[in-house]
Amino acid sequence: MSIKVVKPGLATSVQDLGRPGYYHLGIPISGGMDRYSLRAANLLVGNDEGAAVLETVFMGPELEFDKDTTVAVTGAELPPKVDGESRETWSEFEIKAGQRLTFDFLKSGARAYIAISGGIDVPLALGSRATYTLGALGGFEGRNLLSGDLLPIGKSSNSSRGKCTIPAALRQSVGSEVELRVVPGLYWHRFTAESQKQFFEDVWKVAPEADRIGYRFQKGRPLNFMDREQPFGAGSDPSNIVDSCYPYGSIQIPGGTEPIVLHRDAVSGGGYCMLGTVISADMDLIGQLQPNWPARFVKVDLDQALKAREERNKRLGQLRDAI
Amino acid sequence: MSDNTIQSPLPGTFYRKSAPDQPPYKEVGDTVSVGDTIGLIEVMKSFHEIQADKAGTIAAFLVANEDAVTAGQSIVELKM
Repeated sequence: MSIKVVKPGLATSVQDLGRPGYYHLGIPISGGMDRYSLRAANLLVGNDEGAAVLETVFMGPELEFDKDTTVAVTGAELPPKVDGESRETWSEFEIKAGQRLTFDFLKSGARAYIAISGGIDVPLALGSRATYTLGALGGFEGRNLLSGDLLPIGKSSNSSRGKCTIPAALRQSVGSEVELRVVPGLYWHRFTAESQKQFFEDVWKVAPEADRIGYRFQKGRPLNFMDREQPFGAGSDPSNIVDSCYPYGSIQIPGGTEPIVLHRDAVSGGGYCMLGTVISADMDLIGQLQPNWPARFVKVDLDQALKAREERNKRLGQLRDAI
Repeated sequence: MSDNTIQSPLPGTFYRKSAPDQPPYKEVGDTVSVGDTIGLIEVMKSFHEIQADKAGTIAAFLVANEDAVTAGQSIVELKM
């Protein structure tokens, strides 16, 4: 079975849970920006949680199916339509051979996950089917989808289990002003006491440049660094450091003006000082933020971060039980 | 309300010109055919043309140049 890409959407790519283990070599973890929703989509169609799906951002693709199958769309509220007829998000639905899947305008969130029974059967690259476009690695020919692509679909393991839907309480949703929890990092001391405070006071807005590599925020007050003589090997700007490793979720603030939270396709190191790191439990939410969306950063300690991770894992357990 | 408007399929920043030194794609009073470009949306470091999905005459721009827009927001009102 295969799926024909009639229209690719804005930036639609094959993603799974990612490619951990190579970041020290400069190869990012990639995978879905909102892995909670990605897992939910797979569970709905009877796939392994980590099967390859399509991640589509802001504007959905148009896809034509050559066999009857089961599909689910989760994540952003991007209403699916089968031959022009509306279908529910966060629910499995049937598509017959020859029918087309299209999408209405985005209602909320940013990234939708389209799971197809059997998963997208592109070859594994370093253990993952995730697309890393900057490195032309994985996914469908290492790039975003284009019109005319034929996506191979794996063998479906499930027989239809009746109508399956995820309860509202277990769906990913984006508040009108989101809170992103942050653990201060190794370079925290490089910021003035006033800037440390004001970073968490200001309401920031997602910059239109935000993408899979990093989410840039703007409209907060500029931050100041402690005076020092720049050490050997560091750039001349006060936001520069001697090159260091960049963790997933780390927040760099080049020139002290616009914080960038590194995400799934990030570079693994460089010379910008990092204020802290967004906790793992809140990274999925970032993937659902539209340009200009308001967000506040909230300071937490490591114990709170681990507790939040525990709660997120509990929620994942509830998701699995719900299906 | 969407009957006589052209909507942006994307969230981002709206531009009425292809470049700062170029004239706007369309002005109020211009006729529009299906497929005509009426503006650009900038998002994720790239620009995407908004094309008319219906024909008519431009009655008004509902969004100013360089304004932020959301997906599904009406950009142009047409006289049909």
